[in-house]
Amino acid sequence: MLTFPRWKVLMILGVVLLGILTSLPNFLSEKQREALPSFMPEQTLALGLDLQGGVYLLFEAKTEDVIATRLTNLSEQVRDISLTEGRRRDIPRDQRVTFSGIKVQDNSVVFRLRNPELVDGAREKLAPFIQAQVGTNAFGAAGATEIELTHEGAEFRLELTEQGILIQQREAIARSMEVIRRRVDPDGVKEISLKPSGSNRIILEVPGAENPQELIDIIGKTAKLSFHDVDSNLSPEDIEAERFNKSRYSKVQMKEGGYIVIHNREIVSGDDLTDAKPSFDQSGQPAVAFTFNTSGSKRFGNHTAKNIGRPFAIKLDDEVISAPRIIGAILGGSGQITNMGTTADAQELATLLKSGALPVELTVETQKTVGPDMGQEGVDKGKLAAVIGFVGVVIYMIFSYGRFGIAANMALITNLILIMGALSVFQATLTLPGIAGIVLTIGMAVDANVLIFERIREEQRNGRKPFQAVEQGYGQAFSTIMDANITTFIAAAVLYMLGSGPVQGFAVTLAVGILTSMFTAILLTRLILTSWLKRARPTTLPI
Amino acid sequence: MLLRLVPEKTDIKFLGMRKVAIALSIMLIIASIILFFSRGLNYGIDFKGGMNLFMQSTSGPADIARIRSISADNAIGEVKVKEFGTNTDVVISIELQPGDAKAQSDALVAVRTALTTAMPELKFQSSEGIGAQVSGELKRDGVIAVSIAVLAVLIYIWFRFEWQFGLGAVIALAHDVLLTIGFFSISGLEFNLSIIAALLTIVGYSLNDTVVVYDRVRENVRKFRKMVMEDVLDLSLNQTLARTVMTSVTTLVALFALFFLGGEVIRGFTAAMIWGVAVGTYSSVFVASPMLLVFKLRREALLMDDDKNDPTVDKSKLTPFDHV
Repeated sequence: MLTFPRWKVLMILGVVLLGILTSLPNFLSEKQREALPSFMPEQTLALGLDLQGGVYLLFEAKTEDVIATRLTNLSEQVRDISLTEGRRRDIPRDQRVTFSGIKVQDNSVVFRLRNPELVDGAREKLAPFIQAQVGTNAFGAAGATEIELTHEGAEFRLELTEQGILIQQREAIARSMEVIRRRVDPDGVKEISLKPSGSNRIILEVPGAENPQELIDIIGKTAKLSFHDVDSNLSPEDIEAERFNKSRYSKVQMKEGGYIVIHNREIVSGDDLTDAKPSFDQSGQPAVAFTFNTSGSKRFGNHTAKNIGRPFAIKLDDEVISAPRIIGAILGGSGQITNMGTTADAQELATLLKSGALPVELTVETQKTVGPDMGQEGVDKGKLAAVIGFVGVVIYMIFSYGRFGIAANMALITNLILIMGALSVFQATLTLPGIAGIVLTIGMAVDANVLIFERIREEQRNGRKPFQAVEQGYGQAFSTIMDANITTFIAAAVLYMLGSGPVQGFAVTLAVGILTSMFTAILLTRLILTSWLKRARPTTLPI
Repeated sequence: MLLRLVPEKTDIKFLGMRKVAIALSIMLIIASIILFFSRGLNYGIDFKGGMNLFMQSTSGPADIARIRSISADNAIGEVKVKEFGTNTDVVISIELQPGDAKAQSDALVAVRTALTTAMPELKFQSSEGIGAQVSGELKRDGVIAVSIAVLAVLIYIWFRFEWQFGLGAVIALAHDVLLTIGFFSISGLEFNLSIIAALLTIVGYSLNDTVVVYDRVRENVRKFRKMVMEDVLDLSLNQTLARTVMTSVTTLVALFALFFLGGEVIRGFTAAMIWGVAVGTYSSVFVASPMLLVFKLRREALLMDDDKNDPTVDKSKLTPFDHV
């Protein structure tokens, strides 16, 4: 007979209760939510940017730059080894491990050992490179080998490993996200969302923002600060004709006009800064005061102590901001960048320096901005459509199936509550297409009940008694409902996996809707109908 | 008295109309393909790159001509300005600008600033800009998504029924997708990322319908072992007709509410869905079922399965409610 075991009844009621509890916060004001006891869920629906307004930006990172920079540094390090060794006086010239023809080639630095007999000595000198590990695994141990050393006779090659490159690129993306966060939300008060997409993209969402350009501008600045030695022996004609060692020096634009030739190697860089804030110089002009970390201040102190009287260049991105002459050793680890222009410029530079340099250049591939009114309009229209669609379906069901229709409608309401609760708990983002997904679910959720009810009608026509007809209706329709819902679920899953942004939002609500509607349309309506049947014991079903 | 859209007992000879129906479908499919290659689709910026700027006039109808000339002065290439839903709302579509990503956002800023300065009555609503690379990928991903969904479904149905059912369902699906593309080509409605979502939902919906009919076919093939296949199919279609119509109507009620009240942003999406529900319902009756005859579905294939293991076989005499 039509009996539900007690545990099944309790389970059904439990799920419904859970749905009510989890969706409840959406109907309360903020104050009421705060007053809820701590065991109660407090999360509300997470609205997508298209519903609450804000800026969406998709950046593409030039991760190949990371590798180029790494290779340049590596070749400089090899050159350093060779130079230091070349200056040794304790061993004869032909016993010194020196290299020639150092250059970057593909993902490697290649060079020739001057005395081919010193291969073992060279390997020893280069050993630190191949021992270096990059990245960490889940247990905190070092990850992959970054560099591999090979040689054919005297021809040496230091090659970046593929895995090493991958890890470095991933880390560059992670560091970029951190920099973006500090620049866009220095105080950590905005609810910005940052996530990587694919291997070289970053998605930034800033709710409430209205001007994407402001964000793009502040993020687009690499703000790479570095201090360099200056080649001050060159005449303006030499600079004009580029008569200097181009493998080690570069011609760079000065902020106040003209060019300057600086050494490629950085004395210290922005990475060594611990603090930067706007200030004023002795003549009252805007400036930025900065502080180095310990290693930075040591290196800067050493350089300034050895080079009193010579100028050094402060370079920001592709421009030398100023090139002051060293008056005395700067040992305190702090200094000032003058020549700032306005106080606003100084403020911006200080924020940029403090947030650190972007490890890679970022370009905006996609931008979407939704004004706050537009978002509210989306919510209002979506709600209206959902309510009208819902009411339409409810009325239609009552007219078509009477008492059975009412049971289906109760299931429908429960279904909406469950969807809302599930979306709130899992914090799935509700977008405008997502609302469309819910409205569509309303239409399709009754399908299961239509299948069952039509089957019950049929069974009754075939002469079955009410109890048997209901039993048969549910039983026979079940596999059809399963097949139909599984196929729709497959489509939703594919949408979720391959879709992006709004499409995913739609897929989530559709999939959640399918699962909850299976529960409400099959189990809940049957519980309602069988308890009615047992009480009323009708001779014919009013269907 | 309860409302019944379909009489209690119908005896429509659906399969008798199959020649006309299949001819009609083939014609429509050919027309859709020709339209796709000749007229093409009105791709949104999701798929071709470029920028859209949505503005609203706060003082009566927007001056489209003036907006167009100001916008064209501040961007390179073609600039289209159209009403968006109402005569106070406009969408300004700017072509993909030559140059890098920065050129895109610069043009967007230039147009937005120029418009709000020259016409203070215009209020910014929203904007979107998509670069060439991402739009290419989105297009590729969209095609992959639809193909994978169709393939996954083919495998599922094949596994649950017989190969004739799987093939029949996939032909019905291809029919629906092609006709929807034809609909977008001829209507000139914007084809964007959300239309891909609509297409996949149509795939799901149409399949839903087809599976319901197929389930009944399988059941009847086993129940009425002497009946000719054509009559079995007709009987199954008539038995499920009430449900087919009911579900289409409830879904359409919800969709029409969205279409008229959901706002301009999702209008294209709901238009696609409404078309898809209509086409999907048609195809499950007039395409998917005749395909079983075309592929010569044999009764023995379905009888070979062990009836006891099949939930569609009447098991009420064994243990009722065992399947829930």
